[in-house]
Amino acid sequence: MPAQQLFTLTVYSEHCVGLLNQVSIIFTRRCLNIEDVSASRTTIEGIHRLTITVWSDRETMEKVVKQIEKRIDVLKAFLYTDDDIIYQEIALYKVDTAALLREQYLESLIRHHGARILDITPEFTVLEKAGQPWETEALLEQLKPYGVRQFVRSGRVCVTKSPVEKLNMYLEEQMLRQQATFLNPESNV
Amino acid sequence: MITGAEALVRSLIAEGVDLVFGYPGGAIMPVYDKLYDYTSQLRHILVRHEQGAIHAAEGYARITNRPGVVIVTSGPGVANVITGLSDAMMDSTPVVVISGQVNSKFLGSDAFQETDVVGITQPITKWALQVRRAADIPAAVARAFYIASTGRPGPVVLDIAKDAQTGELEWKHEKLRFIRSYNPRPKISPADIVHAAHIINAAQRPMILAGHGVMISGAEKELLALAQKADIPVATTLLGLSTIPSDHPLNKGMLGMHGNIGPNFQTNKADVILAVGMRFDDRVTCDIDRYAPNATIIHIDIDSSEFNRNVRVDATIHGDARDALLALTPLIEPAKHTKWNEQFDRCNQVERDTVMRAELRHDGKITMGEVAASLAEATNNQAVLVTDVGQNQMMGARYFRYTMPRSIITSGGSGTMGFGLPAAIGAKMGAPERTVVYFGGDGGFQMTIEELGTIMQYGTAVKMVVLDNSYLGNVRQWQELFFNGRYSQTPLLNPDFVAVAKAYGIPGERVEERAFLPAAISRMLSHDGPYLLVVAIEEMDNVFPMIPIGASVEEILLNKTEKFTYPED
Repeated sequence: MPAQQLFTLTVYSEHCVGLLNQVSIIFTRRCLNIEDVSASRTTIEGIHRLTITVWSDRETMEKVVKQIEKRIDVLKAFLYTDDDIIYQEIALYKVDTAALLREQYLESLIRHHGARILDITPEFTVLEKAGQPWETEALLEQLKPYGVRQFVRSGRVCVTKSPVEKLNMYLEEQMLRQQATFLNPESNV
Repeated sequence: MITGAEALVRSLIAEGVDLVFGYPGGAIMPVYDKLYDYTSQLRHILVRHEQGAIHAAEGYARITNRPGVVIVTSGPGVANVITGLSDAMMDSTPVVVISGQVNSKFLGSDAFQETDVVGITQPITKWALQVRRAADIPAAVARAFYIASTGRPGPVVLDIAKDAQTGELEWKHEKLRFIRSYNPRPKISPADIVHAAHIINAAQRPMILAGHGVMISGAEKELLALAQKADIPVATTLLGLSTIPSDHPLNKGMLGMHGNIGPNFQTNKADVILAVGMRFDDRVTCDIDRYAPNATIIHIDIDSSEFNRNVRVDATIHGDARDALLALTPLIEPAKHTKWNEQFDRCNQVERDTVMRAELRHDGKITMGEVAASLAEATNNQAVLVTDVGQNQMMGARYFRYTMPRSIITSGGSGTMGFGLPAAIGAKMGAPERTVVYFGGDGGFQMTIEELGTIMQYGTAVKMVVLDNSYLGNVRQWQELFFNGRYSQTPLLNPDFVAVAKAYGIPGERVEERAFLPAAISRMLSHDGPYLLVVAIEEMDNVFPMIPIGASVEEILLNKTEKFTYPED
């Protein structure tokens, strides 16, 4: 089996029904398990972004990216490894308040992990921490003795380290192509 | 204001459609009601099964290069076109399927004949959309036709809820010409052309692989011009057959498991391979690890996701095959590769002397190859061959001969049994002036035999040749060669096919002896209308040459025991 590593894909698409399915079936077909996924609007009206992480090898992932881009409603898909991006996830921890209050070093624990308290009730306290998976997991381990009732975390979000904004370039190219299409009645028909 | 159903019909007409294949049902009835008003502009062919409709649409599309259109109802209606959608996707065939859907307020409720059409068709279509508002219909139709017919063509589905069909709108149809997320005609990179030309000009043993993409882009002439300029031998894929005439000296034959020896064997000798509009299917490459080890491969394709998908290539040209060849040929230096070309001919001569001689041996029972060769001869190599899948397909493809493009319609990537008969109906309707010969086996014929009803109703003059060996021949061949002759579930008890045709009012006859074959073929061809010719053939006939699974393109079986060796002087 070729060397496996964690890849991050970002997929930019039109915002339309069934888009996520169109992307996920490409993983299904190759029996690739999606580790996490997050979907959101971008700053550009009508364009949505999916961020997907998956363990695989580079050759497979390059094919997957091209097959995703081939879907009509997909604008552009990019393949990254962790070195190419700054990435984060967010985690929420619902912990027994009583148990937490018995903790002698609660302050240092929260400070050390850079966590925030979102809500406190007599029953439970909700903490929030953003970070990389190993960081959110480290806090989870430390909170476990106090009874973690719920632990949830988001999919990954990321920005590239590259100074070039490839999506913007792509959109500019398409605008030029659109102008050319309507200037030349024969083109693209 | 008109209804969505009428808007659909008008939009189809606005997209240039004059023929649709379909089958009515509850959720599409408003459309059928409107079709009734537009019969003079839009002819509807009532098939006998929805699978027949989509294969007919594929046959129509393949021969006309225009999208074939299918109208079906929801639930089972559209479920029955799934096989055809997947077939059209594999073979880059433009098809637009319009399916009725339950009223949008019932969506997701398991309403009567509801099925998740977009969900089940997304993996096997180029694009699928559910339409829930009448006002969205014209734009959806325009988008469907634009996507199906441009770029690498493929099937699309419009799933139209019943209330969208009955709702009202102000109809205005505008053809679509641009989608920002989809560029169907990428600009050819001049650097890629220069790079490719350098490689070709330096080649000692170049070879062209011509696929379906050549025909789709209408690049037959351009391909030949390049091949002739540099004296490059051309091999075609199954779907690339008829891009270059059979008797052209540079046409070295068909690639693949049952292809000709020259192009297969020489693949591993070539130092440069120019692949045009083909996708290195595993039936073409055989053992991929031992495929073309000496070749620098240049790949021209409009679908960049095909680059390096199956075979690692050294250079790519992303774009329409015709655009690419037009740009490339001026940079190609004239060359002569006489000796190299002769090597192909020498391999093919061995094939003629061994495999073909055995197939055309003129004793014992009639063979499949003989029937195909006789058909080609009787039609002056001008007919359109529509095959089913299996031995009939390989024998038809191998022994038929082609003079003009679009002379073979066959299910390549999917290998869909039952494809042939309805595809032949669609092909004949798309090209009424051409002789269309269906060439199928007794197995596949029975998979869509109900379409004899369609042939009867419309008098479609399809010439049907059914090879009857009372076996599922291709599987039987594999059982004989690789499963110790254990004929598990391959013998067939067949009906009297001629009597079946007769029940549909279609004349026919059965031939068992060689001496009667030519006259029977000539009766079939001269008959004004559909005709069924059943030929009883040798049961144990096998398709050779054959490259078994796991073997390389050089390891070719001439028969059950003998391997091909290159005839050195």
